[in-house]
Amino acid sequence: MAAASKRKAATPKTTKPKAPKTKAPKPTSARGLLFDGSEWTFQKLETTYAAIQEIAEEDLGLEVYPNQIEIISSEQMLDAYCAIGMPLMYQHWSFGKRFVHEETMYRKGFQGLAYEIVINSNPCISYYMEENTMAMQTLVLAHAAFGHNHFFKNNYLFQQWTDAEAILDYLEFAKGYIAKCEERHGLDAVEEVLDAAHALMDQGVFRYRRQNFVTERQRRERAEARQAYEEQTYNDLWRTLPKPADSEDPSETERLLAERKKQLNLPEENLLYFIEKNSPALEPWQREMLRIVRNLAQYFYPQKQTKVMNEGCATFVHHYIVNALYDRGQITEGALMEVLHSHSNVVFQPDFDDPRFSGINPYALGFAMMQDIVRICTEPSDEDRDWFPEIAGCDDWRSVLRDAWANYRDESFIRQYLSPRLIREFKLFLLNDDSRDKYYEVGAIHDERGYREVRDKLAVSYDISQNEPDIQVVDVDLKGDRELVLKHNVRDGIPLDERNRDEVLAQIRRLWGYDVRLSGVDADSEKTLYESRSVSQRAKKED
Amino acid sequence: MRHFIDRRLNPKDKSLVNRQRFLRRARAQIKDAVNKSLKDRKITDVGGGESVSIPSKGIREPRLRHASSGGRRQRIFPGNKEFTPGDRINKPPSGKGEGGKEASDSGEGEDEFTFALTREEFLDLFFEDLELPDLVKTNLKETTAYKPQRAGYSVDGTTTNINVLRTMRHSLGRRIALKRPVLGDVEGLQAEVDELETKDHLDAREMRRLIELKVELENVQRRWKAIPYIDPLDIRYNRFEQVPQPKTNAVMFCLMDVSGSMGPREKDLAKRFFILLHLFLERRYERIDIVFIRHTHKASEVDEETFFYSRETGGTVVSTALVEMRKVLRDRYPVQDWNIYAAQASDGDNFEDDTGYCLELLAQELLPVCQYFAYVEILDEREFQLFQNSNGGKTLWRGYRRLAEAFENFETKRISKPGDIYPVFRELFAKNKETA
Repeated sequence: MAAASKRKAATPKTTKPKAPKTKAPKPTSARGLLFDGSEWTFQKLETTYAAIQEIAEEDLGLEVYPNQIEIISSEQMLDAYCAIGMPLMYQHWSFGKRFVHEETMYRKGFQGLAYEIVINSNPCISYYMEENTMAMQTLVLAHAAFGHNHFFKNNYLFQQWTDAEAILDYLEFAKGYIAKCEERHGLDAVEEVLDAAHALMDQGVFRYRRQNFVTERQRRERAEARQAYEEQTYNDLWRTLPKPADSEDPSETERLLAERKKQLNLPEENLLYFIEKNSPALEPWQREMLRIVRNLAQYFYPQKQTKVMNEGCATFVHHYIVNALYDRGQITEGALMEVLHSHSNVVFQPDFDDPRFSGINPYALGFAMMQDIVRICTEPSDEDRDWFPEIAGCDDWRSVLRDAWANYRDESFIRQYLSPRLIREFKLFLLNDDSRDKYYEVGAIHDERGYREVRDKLAVSYDISQNEPDIQVVDVDLKGDRELVLKHNVRDGIPLDERNRDEVLAQIRRLWGYDVRLSGVDADSEKTLYESRSVSQRAKKED
Repeated sequence: MRHFIDRRLNPKDKSLVNRQRFLRRARAQIKDAVNKSLKDRKITDVGGGESVSIPSKGIREPRLRHASSGGRRQRIFPGNKEFTPGDRINKPPSGKGEGGKEASDSGEGEDEFTFALTREEFLDLFFEDLELPDLVKTNLKETTAYKPQRAGYSVDGTTTNINVLRTMRHSLGRRIALKRPVLGDVEGLQAEVDELETKDHLDAREMRRLIELKVELENVQRRWKAIPYIDPLDIRYNRFEQVPQPKTNAVMFCLMDVSGSMGPREKDLAKRFFILLHLFLERRYERIDIVFIRHTHKASEVDEETFFYSRETGGTVVSTALVEMRKVLRDRYPVQDWNIYAAQASDGDNFEDDTGYCLELLAQELLPVCQYFAYVEILDEREFQLFQNSNGGKTLWRGYRRLAEAFENFETKRISKPGDIYPVFRELFAKNKETA
């Protein structure tokens, strides 16, 4: 578990002293309008950028990568969308499938396109649509070039897991490498590996540690040190110890198993990594492809864990900056109204019984929590003083927010900062769903007794290690039948989707080359709930 | 630091390759779908307006994820209005069991992704795969019906086609150009002459005037006669051109040997061949009739169901089918109104002495009126290997081969498994392409 998520809400951590660099400059109304009317030009973008930058850096104290802002057409936005939002990407049919799907949705008018896409890279690349009005470009500049950019640069998960400097180069390498593989080994062979690797993307990340790279030299040195130690401490007397006579046979297999597991570093939850390193069936180029997919999965892993915070941060920043621009007389009331209109669309949260409901909107929750932090810092109620003694009334909401953006992920952020007042505002409630019952039960609601549980459960629902299936490699006998043994720790009796499960097992088998067995074990009782084996390719083709 | 870049002029379709890859992937699904549907569908249904939807299998991207139901879950929802802790809400009745299995909890509906092609798209893909679109354009344009169509004017023609307006316009122009006197001029002079002549006494001035008038009148009358009101040169006829009119109707004859030697495998192959021909014709014609003629030692016209699925015993006399076809043609499909196509499938067996009569029937009566006649001989694998690229075989095949050399609209092919049919079809039409 990540350190940050262990923090308890009621006992806030001590905030590091921040440089008191931020002091809101006095609003001056004599700066003059940045633009008027809805047409944008590069000149207007430049001046507006400068005005936004002033507020972002001097007032909010944001710290960003250099910005590379690219204006693109809607077709290009569709393109960008479909390659997981990356500017360059290797080729694969699934991106085309996405494209066909998104294009249909867009052409038929079911959905609009994103106003912008931002890439976690240095320089930070963002794409803006040419169709945006100048007011929208202003919003997007503040949102992407400063909000997201600041978050990418400062959040600990991104710092720990992603290399913004190198990602574009790496993608270029990946694209070239895979193209070369296609040339050499044929489209189908490459597609087969990529399909299988994509199926394991969710199980292709290191969740809790950066992988410990041990060089060959270090390994040798360690082995030598160990040898030296054994030589030093050798005592022939140990040989004479009598062995327990009866325990020899059963313990032998146990011992072998333990030995094997130790050698292979089992259990291992990064399936892609394990297969890449140990599969008896893969060619070197196939291993390299698994590595590419794994690196991508790892690159996107922080984004999965920070949807609420990342979007909240960007939304908060654009909201603050656009209002500041208006206060300074730099944008017209019309532009402000236009921005606020789309802003309120973005942060709209339908109720659970509303037909538009599709889960909790990360923009809405993130933005509301960050606004709430400002409120707690500046105008706390008694309740806030109870719940957030550390920050209530401290007035320096800028540092508090910057600290939150830097040191939390969704799960820990909610655990730390979701206030009773916000729980009431959203009218949050907890629903217990036991598949054995014919009814749902309301567990807790937005009242005195329920705040903690609601907050706790909401936080858990953002913890990927909790809500994605926990599947690990537990054993493989490389010298024997080479069957790969996977274990699914079944939490709360929640099963895997069987169709997906069987298909992925077949994919794993393809990569592993030998049979694969997955057993579902209840996390509490250790009871085996199911066993599923990969269907061999031959048997599959016959039916 | 910042950097603005205008990317709008960059090439768009960055996803084009991925899109094509998706279609390449989907195409395999279409083929599968078609292959599977061939068995259950009527020939006319295959391209018959409905879309063929591709099962999401194969374009699914499976992931290890939790099922949407089962186990104990706790979820937080917004917007509570009346609930208090401990309240129970009944689950919808279908909450358990299979119902939830298909739904994806990501909300993207990924598992449900189906890609339906319209008929046109389907056929395009289908023919693209057969590399036929150009052939469709060139080959099937051959037509036999003509329809007159106005095509300007000509200087010769039949009287019924005289275009009065044009003719009069030319006449008027000519008359003006040649200064043909109008009738009033002549009558006016005549009247003046008459008036002078009726006078008893003419003075010298009147006398001169009369002479002048007479000369002029004569001159005018001469011109009036010399320059006709309508000259043959003026006459214009409506011109009609014979424009070839594609017939919108086609009839397709399916001839098949249903004797004991034709098993389900042979019939299945034959059906695929017929379907391909039908799909092909469908691109071209508004209306296609299909006539199924099956034969053993005697032939009869039957419906599709009987054609493919009922069993029959007896000998094999191929000519009976051709005779039956001729009869149907004479009865219902006059050559001037119909484009006639025929596809014959057989395992090559024929009554010894019959082949000669078959050839005669084809050469004399059927091939001259058919747009196209295709014969496929269905062999088993071993025979196929043996007879590949050879003219050897049973008498029917040898005879048909000779016929194929003489007639451009007659083709023969041998097939032994479904995979042979597509290439065969391609070859059949590709050959015509060269001659077209």
